[in-house]
Amino acid sequence: MNMDKVLSLNGLTKRFGTVVANDAVDLDLHKGEVLALLGENGAGKTTLMNMLFGHYMPDAGTVDVADADGTMRPLPLGHPQAALAAGIGMVHQHFTLAENLSALDNIVLGAEPLWHPRRNRAGARKKIKGIMARSGLVAPLDTRVGRLSVGERQRVEILKALYRDARILVLDEPTAVLTPQEADMLFENIGAMTADGLSVIFISHKLREVLAFSQRIAVLRHGVKVGEIATKDADERVIARMMVGADTPTTPRTKMTPGAPVLHLSGVSVHGHSKRDSLNNIDLDVHQYEILGIAGVSGNGQTVLAGLISGLQRADTGQITVDGAEITRPNPRMMIRAGVGRIPEDRHHDGIIGAMSVAENMVIERLNDPEIQSRGLLNREAIQQNAERLVQEYDVRGPGADAPARLLSGGNIQKLILARVFEQGPRLILANQPTRGLDMGAAAEVGRRLLVARARGAGVVLISEDLDEILGLADRIMVIHDGQLHAANTRDREEIGLMMAGEHSDEHSAKHSGVSA
Amino acid sequence: MMDILQILLSESFWAASLRIATPLIFGVLGALLCEKSGVLNLGIEGIFVAGAMAGWLAVWAGAGLWGGVLVAALAGGFFGLIHAILTVPLGLSQHVSGLGVTLFATSVSYFIYRTALPNVSSPPRIEPFRALDIPILSDLPFVGPVIFQQTAMTMLALFMVLVVWYVLNRTALGVALQAVGDNPDSVDAQGLSVYGLRIGAVVAGSSLMALGGAFLTMSAFDAFFFGMVNGRGWICIALVIFASWRPGKALLGALLFGAFDALQVRLQTEVGAFVPGQVFLMAPYVLSIIALVVAARKADYPRALLHPWFKGQR
Amino acid sequence: MIRIEPRNAPSRLMTTGIPVLSAVVALALAAIPLAFAGAPIGPAYVQMFRGVFGSMFAFSEMLTRATPLIFTGLAAALAFRARLWNIGAEGQLYLGAMAAVAIGTGVLDVPGIVLLPMIIILGAAAGAAGMAVPALLKTRFGADEVVTTLLLNFIILIFLQMMLEGPLKDPMGLGWPQSAPILDQGMLPTLMTRMRVHSGLILALVVAAIAQFMLVRSVWGFRLRAVGENAAAARHAGISVNRSLFSVAIISGGLAGLAGVSEVAGLKGYLTADLSPGFGYTGIVVAMLAGLSPAGVVLAALFIASVFVGADSMSRAMGVSSYLADLVVAMSLLCVLIGGFFARYRITRTARAAQ
Repeated sequence: MNMDKVLSLNGLTKRFGTVVANDAVDLDLHKGEVLALLGENGAGKTTLMNMLFGHYMPDAGTVDVADADGTMRPLPLGHPQAALAAGIGMVHQHFTLAENLSALDNIVLGAEPLWHPRRNRAGARKKIKGIMARSGLVAPLDTRVGRLSVGERQRVEILKALYRDARILVLDEPTAVLTPQEADMLFENIGAMTADGLSVIFISHKLREVLAFSQRIAVLRHGVKVGEIATKDADERVIARMMVGADTPTTPRTKMTPGAPVLHLSGVSVHGHSKRDSLNNIDLDVHQYEILGIAGVSGNGQTVLAGLISGLQRADTGQITVDGAEITRPNPRMMIRAGVGRIPEDRHHDGIIGAMSVAENMVIERLNDPEIQSRGLLNREAIQQNAERLVQEYDVRGPGADAPARLLSGGNIQKLILARVFEQGPRLILANQPTRGLDMGAAAEVGRRLLVARARGAGVVLISEDLDEILGLADRIMVIHDGQLHAANTRDREEIGLMMAGEHSDEHSAKHSGVSA
Repeated sequence: MMDILQILLSESFWAASLRIATPLIFGVLGALLCEKSGVLNLGIEGIFVAGAMAGWLAVWAGAGLWGGVLVAALAGGFFGLIHAILTVPLGLSQHVSGLGVTLFATSVSYFIYRTALPNVSSPPRIEPFRALDIPILSDLPFVGPVIFQQTAMTMLALFMVLVVWYVLNRTALGVALQAVGDNPDSVDAQGLSVYGLRIGAVVAGSSLMALGGAFLTMSAFDAFFFGMVNGRGWICIALVIFASWRPGKALLGALLFGAFDALQVRLQTEVGAFVPGQVFLMAPYVLSIIALVVAARKADYPRALLHPWFKGQR
Repeated sequence: MIRIEPRNAPSRLMTTGIPVLSAVVALALAAIPLAFAGAPIGPAYVQMFRGVFGSMFAFSEMLTRATPLIFTGLAAALAFRARLWNIGAEGQLYLGAMAAVAIGTGVLDVPGIVLLPMIIILGAAAGAAGMAVPALLKTRFGADEVVTTLLLNFIILIFLQMMLEGPLKDPMGLGWPQSAPILDQGMLPTLMTRMRVHSGLILALVVAAIAQFMLVRSVWGFRLRAVGENAAAARHAGISVNRSLFSVAIISGGLAGLAGVSEVAGLKGYLTADLSPGFGYTGIVVAMLAGLSPAGVVLAALFIASVFVGADSMSRAMGVSSYLADLVVAMSLLCVLIGGFFARYRITRTARAAQ
């Protein structure tokens, strides 16, 4: 490995109000190196990289970047243009692509003079083709980005940076949206690029890929760099302890016998505009006392499936039965009444009304309950008491029951939703990506609550992109791909990974069985 | 039936259609520029008034016709800048800010007009743009009278359709504008200024809108009246949805609209004895609502329309 | 470098103080057009103040002016709370007024105890119907209600002219396009002798109180606020968004219709096409100044009415165009918008990172 330094962050500090997101973080990067920046959600990884890229202005600290000749020069902070000019490219977790433009336009955007009356698309195309050939990153250039797959979009994002002659590439959670196989391919491409002289920082909280693909690991915890270790000297236990500070206890999953079916889908299809919002003839059963895990890369029909169970979406064909009663024209209210508790994927957007109080958000699904209202008027005392009790019981921390719900942190918003859902004693629970974006403690709490509900006799549908979470919680696993649902007869992550990528042998025999853990 | 066919084939009918369409062409193009960048500009109605008043006042004060056009564009840009500052860096409600700008621009225009001309009973007149007489072109059969015997402002409107189309589709600036209206982060991540692009688009779009107003006082009529804009701005907001944010379709929409309006005026003289005249006066507004209802479901709104963006918050 | 940071929760001082401050700033800014018009600024303000508070009559005139603004302000405030952009209060006002004269001018010669409630109810119903159309176009076809309500204002105004030259025309009106007068027993009684202020004001205050109570304390108000703040989450929680939008559309239109009833049956007695000098549009400013709170609407309407009455009086005395009032009203809207920004966000200057 070439040990020329190309980047050094010196004492970067960032505060948001009273919260210290980064506290005097130092970090070096060398030429041709792959550095993994590891940490729990909320540890400050993304904030650190956003300062490097000029999106955030640090409260203290400096950044030095090597120029083309290798001389270290200070980087003007707070200016994305300066970072771009210094050869820093960033691929954000949420892609920054204009979907109404072609991949080519997205790549060239900002790199050509704005006020020139003509554009040199042919020259741009030639340069991109060259980059594609060297890095192995291939994407269709003339298709509107809105029509590209997630993997292709990510490649366009990286091409954007390389087109700008990036010497340092920052990838924020690059594999979150990829199948295990796609992720491997990405790291293969990264290998080709680093051989070419590129230096890479990738942010992750997945121990497995960090150990497999980096050369050095830096760990952040609560905004502080708590350690740095060469990957060859590390193992999962060591870095997990660095990340969390202590070993986290996992709730043991006791074996249970499934009871009567609580949810039954047969031959359900939804014809959407694209593959992302379609389902193709799926069958599914969930019983009491069991958690059914649905694995899959996002954008394969999970949203529609969740929409069906939440009552937001209607099936074009097929039959949906909840607790033995067929639901013909579902709506959210009907599903709530049928005993379905729903934990939505996007908790900020669908889960809470940020401007309304915590107390009001806790009763929003019970507005017809005589305990909450009488003759159309709210029973404010009951709403208040309900909130105070649930805040206690579910440990919802924040400025209080009267404060607007948007002031809660992500983990506490999820606790609010859990309180609302579990208080109704649901027969069936839909948990769609319930731990996404939560730190380990909050995620463990969600898992524990789901297991408690299961022990109480509820059936649970757990939709998650995090295969480890599914393997840890689910009694039975199905894989969703391209709007189709297949039972996984295995708990082997490699095999499930292949199914997530759409490869499955013997699908018809597998469809109705499914192996219990 | 034959009568209608005869009307539809006449030169004067199509000339009138294009004339009626001209302010709408300016207005729809202006609204399109603003909305493509992600900003709804309901200031349009007031900006029409401001353009009509400012252009007219400048000519009346001796600035010359093209001086009047320039003053109108500057006035439009000024009110556009107010809307842009409120909605882009400050991220305030585009609906309310737009209505506020309409109220503000209208009242400022009326106040200035009244203050400049305190005691006039009938509005003073100016010498407006005359019909063009271009050698050869104006003498062409049909096309001549319909297009090349219009005033210079109509020519300018048609030329602006080309300009807006070219800028949006063939220049880096246009690509950046389309990107900022779809996903501002895409522009920010590439080191371009989201605020700069949006403010620029709103100011430029508002200048175009003001030219629509100026056409009314400097080409269609020769004086300024209170209430003369009469909802034309709102019609443009409906037309831009109908045109699905494309300059070419915007021209088509404005022309169709002008044609219907010209037709109703002619039909009124034919059947006016049986139907109250107001029914025809309602037609343009009813038509706009119908166009909106037809286009609404499949409308491909710029994704970032109405969504404010703040630097450093992603 | 300047950063914009959201404040946690705007303090009570800010939520009430900012509209007041905005109103004061807008009034102060009136000095610019006054100077432009060449009027002496100090005396002009004095004259404006006297025009409202100088006499009992002046004050009662202000209350008269505030009455329709309370109704249209409430119409806008409730609709905007649900993020339903009803910009059509002007048209709905005229629909209410047309309904009032349609039954109030002699078609039904019944005692006032029957006639007056009928006028009020039918006027509200007509306004409600006027807003039901755009609400339906929105929920059924996704047609933006901003544009449809704006365009409907023009359609209704033309329809009004048609009616005033046709079925509603006063045969004794010497050919003027105006309706016959409403029967005496159908008029809203005046509140004070020799003053124009009428019991429409009482009705407006009662309606505002009910609106405030329903918004905060009822399930209907809860649903409406939820839909307005986050329609997706409201829908997910089992609230029918369309039903909420439709109900608030009906009520908003009805309130605007009441403004028309109150003007025609409380003040003018007969209907002309210039009944409203833009009360519908001004109602939007009132609602925004009120922070979309029904109780606040009453105060905001009193302020805006004072501006109109005061500026009218001043412009008569000093020869400044009375469009000054509209200018101040427009500026108060822009000021309150900017003020609302400072209530919700804080602008901080971050120093350059120390070397």
